[in-house]
Amino acid sequence: MQTTIIKPKKIFRWNDLREIWQYKELLYFFTWRDLKVRYKQTAIGAAWAIFQPFMTMIVFTVFFGTLAKMPSDGVPYPIFVYTGLLFWQFFSVALSSTSSCLIANQSIITKVYFPRLILPISSVLTQLVDFAVAAAVLVVLMFYYGYSPNILGILLIPLLLLIAFMAAVGGGLFLAAINVKYRDVRYVLPYFIQMLMFITPVIYPASIAGKYSWILAVNPMTGVIQNARAALLGTAPINWLLIGISFVATFVLLGIGIIVFKKTERYFADII
Amino acid sequence: MENNPIITIKNVGKRYNINHHRGGYVALRDVIMTILRSPFKFLKTKAKQIAGIDTKEEFWALKDINLEVKKGEVIGIIGPNGSGKSTLLKILSQITPPTTGEIIIQGKVGSLLEVGTGFHPELSGRENIFLNGAILGMGRKEIAEKFDRIVEFAGVDKFIDTPVKYYSSGMYVRLAFSVAAHMEPDILIIDEVLAVGDAEFQKKCLGKMDEVTKQDGRTILFVSHNMGAIEQLCTKTVLLEKGEIIKFGNTKEVIRHYTKSSNFLNSVLEYNETTDKDAKIRKISLLGKDDIPSAKIPFDSDFSVEVEYEIFRKIERAMLALGCYSQGELLFYSSDADKAGQLSSYAPGRYKSQIQIPLKLLNAGFYYLEININCPGVEFIDRKQNIPFEIYHSDNPLSAMYNNQIPGKIIIPLEYKNKKIS
Repeated sequence: MQTTIIKPKKIFRWNDLREIWQYKELLYFFTWRDLKVRYKQTAIGAAWAIFQPFMTMIVFTVFFGTLAKMPSDGVPYPIFVYTGLLFWQFFSVALSSTSSCLIANQSIITKVYFPRLILPISSVLTQLVDFAVAAAVLVVLMFYYGYSPNILGILLIPLLLLIAFMAAVGGGLFLAAINVKYRDVRYVLPYFIQMLMFITPVIYPASIAGKYSWILAVNPMTGVIQNARAALLGTAPINWLLIGISFVATFVLLGIGIIVFKKTERYFADII
Repeated sequence: MENNPIITIKNVGKRYNINHHRGGYVALRDVIMTILRSPFKFLKTKAKQIAGIDTKEEFWALKDINLEVKKGEVIGIIGPNGSGKSTLLKILSQITPPTTGEIIIQGKVGSLLEVGTGFHPELSGRENIFLNGAILGMGRKEIAEKFDRIVEFAGVDKFIDTPVKYYSSGMYVRLAFSVAAHMEPDILIIDEVLAVGDAEFQKKCLGKMDEVTKQDGRTILFVSHNMGAIEQLCTKTVLLEKGEIIKFGNTKEVIRHYTKSSNFLNSVLEYNETTDKDAKIRKISLLGKDDIPSAKIPFDSDFSVEVEYEIFRKIERAMLALGCYSQGELLFYSSDADKAGQLSSYAPGRYKSQIQIPLKLLNAGFYYLEININCPGVEFIDRKQNIPFEIYHSDNPLSAMYNNQIPGKIIIPLEYKNKKIS
């Protein structure tokens, strides 16, 4: 028979990770719910996942590519910016939905116990589906512009996605905890996330920063987007050092996120 | 094993920060401004808080709770509002951790602090059964197996693929409760959830709970203001007051102790919470002779209920209603629309209604009032239940004639036309 001991909470126990595994069905149901609800609520459903990055690509291509003549490492600007947008949209939407996941689910948090970490993870998982849909457009674009990635490039994509996933979870956990405590933070977040896009090489190549481009490398999304372009479009050889830096930065972010989240978790239900 | 306690609660206490307890979250802007305006004062209070000197803002919702529950016992938890009943259930359900002490639980816990937790209005009844079931701790397979029984118990099979936002409130509650009733934990923790739903369905649920405990030997902890339900279900009862256990033992004795204590009967109840509904009951007063507030009324004295309520937005086709319960059963129900026989509309504003209860109507005993504002068949806009009052025999010839024991619950002066016929 299962024995539960309820005591004043410590900040982190390894058991917490095992518990998430025990509750994997609930994780599945939360993700399933978010997808179902979203696709029921928007009339065009899954098409929205394509429409959004596609329209952004067109606008960026017209203004940054054609009018501002932004360099694009020698590949056509539309496909250059779309590759960046694909990963950026995944990261930014995941980050913002994770940061509000506790408040959005407060009625459940105050009534039922489950490992709270499930909520942010499920928020990011939901975005993976949009990523997959939007990635189909990239395949079409690559076909249209005549790019074919090599095997290594295709194998690298899941790894890059994993970095983006962990970075979104880490940052999201931190923001979610702050959001519960300080309710005015959520009004600043969209602005903050928008700012982040400009310090990530989405619309421009990292090479334009010249000798200062190493500063950009601290941002894990720089490594993800730069290498996604390298792997799929062959803009440059794959930069393993950059991937390594991104990994380290992501782990630091994830660590901070988990600690802050677990620390606040103890009194979520009391203040939410 | 049988004699070992299934739940052991040792020295459990829960401290709230007063501003936490009020649900007061802070704005980062305010915190920054406080620090900038008077940085030294901020540091001083912060240091005091860390050192544990500053205890002004602390409040113990539970103190030194010790309790052992054995397998198969059904434990009632009673006490006035704010006595810590809900906090205890929240700690037992692991929603919030205790500040001190320890609880050891042998077995799977299912907690039901609300029916329909996580129900999503856009999803269909079928989808919500799966979602809610998962939230309550059931696996996908388990829900699929029980699916037909859940639908049947709720009686919503025709609408199972309709989004629940189109359900009537009755259907919604029935479906939600039905999912919960099919949980199979070793220990079930229930807050005042039976208060929702109509009387008949409540009865069905109580019946189901009774059946389950007797068959499977399930352990239940049950918070309620409804003494009738507690008496019917619980073997033992805990009385909490100001965060401490005042009495634990035989249900009848504990209830008797509670109903005699001064905390039980409140003649004036005020409700200051905020709401997003269209109306809110603000104050309920029980008034005895000469409109003096009292919840202990002689059976032959004037008795009225005064309700103050606020209407925020115009409501159409609604009524203000009063119900009187005895041992969980509705004795009578009345509303301000009864006389005209049609529903009226309420314009925004604050109102006061005095409802007169006829003299010599109720026999001596404990009764519970319900006051609500509802749109019949649509929803309860606000509903306050289980407001206790006591009717007692006063010094008068009728009571004396029956030796203070008039049979029945209602006293009704019938006309007797006596004629000598031979």
